[in-house]
Amino acid sequence: MPTLLMCPPTYFDIEYEINPWMSRLRGANARLAEAQWTHLRDTLSGPVGARLEMIEPRPGLPDLVFTANAGLVVGKRVILSRFRFPARSGEEPVFKEWFTAHGFEVIELPADIFFEGAGDALFCGDQLFCGYHFRSEIRSHDEIAKLLGRRILSLQLTDPRFYHLDTCFCPLQPGQAMYYPPAFDEYARRVLAANVPDLIAVCEADALRFGCNAVCVDRHVVLPAGCTTLVGELCGRGYRVHPVNLSEYLKSGGSAKCLTLRLD
Amino acid sequence: MITEEITLEGHIIDSLILSKVLDEILAYGAEYRIKDIQVGQTRDDRTFARVEVGAKDRAALSEVIARIARHGATVIAAEDVRLVPAEKDGVFPEGFYSTTNQRTAVRHEGVWYDVLDQEMDCGIVFDAARRRFRCIPVADIKAGDLVVVGYRGVKVTPLDRGHKAGVFEFMASAVSSEKPKNVIIRQIAERMKAVRQSEKKILLVGGPAIVHTGSAHHVVRLIENGYVDVLFAGNALAAHDIEQALYGTSLGVYMDRAIPAETGHEHHLRAINTIRRYGSFKAAIEAGVLTSGIMHAVVTHEVDFVLAGSIRDDGPLPEVITDSLAAQAAMRRHIGSIGFALMIATTLHSVATGNLLPADVPVVCVDINPAVATKLADRGSFQTVGLVTDVEPFLRELLAELE
Repeated sequence: MPTLLMCPPTYFDIEYEINPWMSRLRGANARLAEAQWTHLRDTLSGPVGARLEMIEPRPGLPDLVFTANAGLVVGKRVILSRFRFPARSGEEPVFKEWFTAHGFEVIELPADIFFEGAGDALFCGDQLFCGYHFRSEIRSHDEIAKLLGRRILSLQLTDPRFYHLDTCFCPLQPGQAMYYPPAFDEYARRVLAANVPDLIAVCEADALRFGCNAVCVDRHVVLPAGCTTLVGELCGRGYRVHPVNLSEYLKSGGSAKCLTLRLD
Repeated sequence: MITEEITLEGHIIDSLILSKVLDEILAYGAEYRIKDIQVGQTRDDRTFARVEVGAKDRAALSEVIARIARHGATVIAAEDVRLVPAEKDGVFPEGFYSTTNQRTAVRHEGVWYDVLDQEMDCGIVFDAARRRFRCIPVADIKAGDLVVVGYRGVKVTPLDRGHKAGVFEFMASAVSSEKPKNVIIRQIAERMKAVRQSEKKILLVGGPAIVHTGSAHHVVRLIENGYVDVLFAGNALAAHDIEQALYGTSLGVYMDRAIPAETGHEHHLRAINTIRRYGSFKAAIEAGVLTSGIMHAVVTHEVDFVLAGSIRDDGPLPEVITDSLAAQAAMRRHIGSIGFALMIATTLHSVATGNLLPADVPVVCVDINPAVATKLADRGSFQTVGLVTDVEPFLRELLAELE
């Protein structure tokens, strides 16, 4: 049974603007956010059958709820994130403390290299794909390749609305993934085509609802509500699809995947 | 063209990052040269590339480097050279930079300077008044001269060995007696013709075997046809050449009959003595005593020559420089103008000249002993084409190709 790390949205809000989705004029509705998060949690622990771990929310860290950006977990090792924006760097010691307390070997990259964890680093089978440009730097990829001794395929992101790799690319199983092609440069699209035999292109409307920010556990896919075309595609391939309304989190530029971190 | 070197590391081939960086350099109107690439052998191995990026000016270069930096290109930080004054005459400071024969540049106060008088096994001295750097042999350094110390701020551009197909490119440093000599000699002849047309000079470095093997008249023909501008040799070549001119023998053996002359062993010393009596080759020629041979052709065709003496010399002949350092200095004065060097049957003078020549001067070394060409290549003169053959047939064929 796969394990996911989540953080209750007690202090979640739009307190700063670090991506095109965020606007302090359009704050999050706390009650609605709580309800949506709870629905996601219950979907994951219920029909999807995932085991959940929780990290305690902290005041002043509204985005701690997006646990995908804690780091990159590989076995019992975690490469801790180094956030590009100071607004989020306060999350680093909190995640470090949690990983240490839970028996992970915590690896920290050199201080001047930005890397935003599983937001920009995703395994498709045993191939690790890493995004760069808006948040993580490509220099981090080579540091990680050296640490892990494995090949990393670097993908350049080109659309600021899809600032993390997990906002426009979602591996489903070895050799199969969904992605939003215009979010990548031409070279990245060629790399994906050469390395992922079954690529499902997501349409613009679904991509803008963050359809690629989905959680895939075995044959279950949990994704934001409203991605009708994508739901049809996935059902046609035999997946059990669980749409969840996560509108309050999209205001912050996040959705289902951003709210979880796979720990195994 | 202003250049800077960058490195790129990681899975840059599978991620198409290397292609992207190179494409961006070109798209921006800049140029690149891959200086080094170590490609990973397995899927998980990383690749390392060192690339020289060149743009028309500093601003354009900065812009293209800023663009490719996003993809992980890192500029190899350039630093100024360290200059340390020599503490005494004839001694470099500790840790001095020892030169190669390759084109070298040094960075001083943020500006790159090409090093002048490129020569291997020297130091680099800074002439503050003229703002220039040049190679200097250790014996010539003066106390207080500013000398480059360490490797920082020094950039060596190795000679590109493979970009043109020709004997001087693809056969460089391969020494073998099994090469197709007619092809090589034809290409040597073509190169000599080209240099004769240019402002550069052809240098002949020769040993006495030229005379012993009965090839002196071939060399005379080369001189008469304008294919020798400078001659480097020792006492022996001139001595046996004059012996032949005066007595018809070399080492006491008649050149036309290949039999020893009676008291022939005395001929070379008598020849030397004769020239010593006149005081110079020129005087002997003007007196009508010396009327043929290589030295006669050299003087009458105003070929520059340096005869460097050695410890075993008889005589020596007048104009032989017996002070080794003075001889080196005399040779150095001609080095800058040389565009082609033909070294025939002499180990000592070939190696000495090879040490002085910059790497971009093509050298042909002809010797019956493969060790000579190998030795020259080992000394770092890797632009050397070695031909293992007897001198006489080589010169005969070369002349045929030239004429």
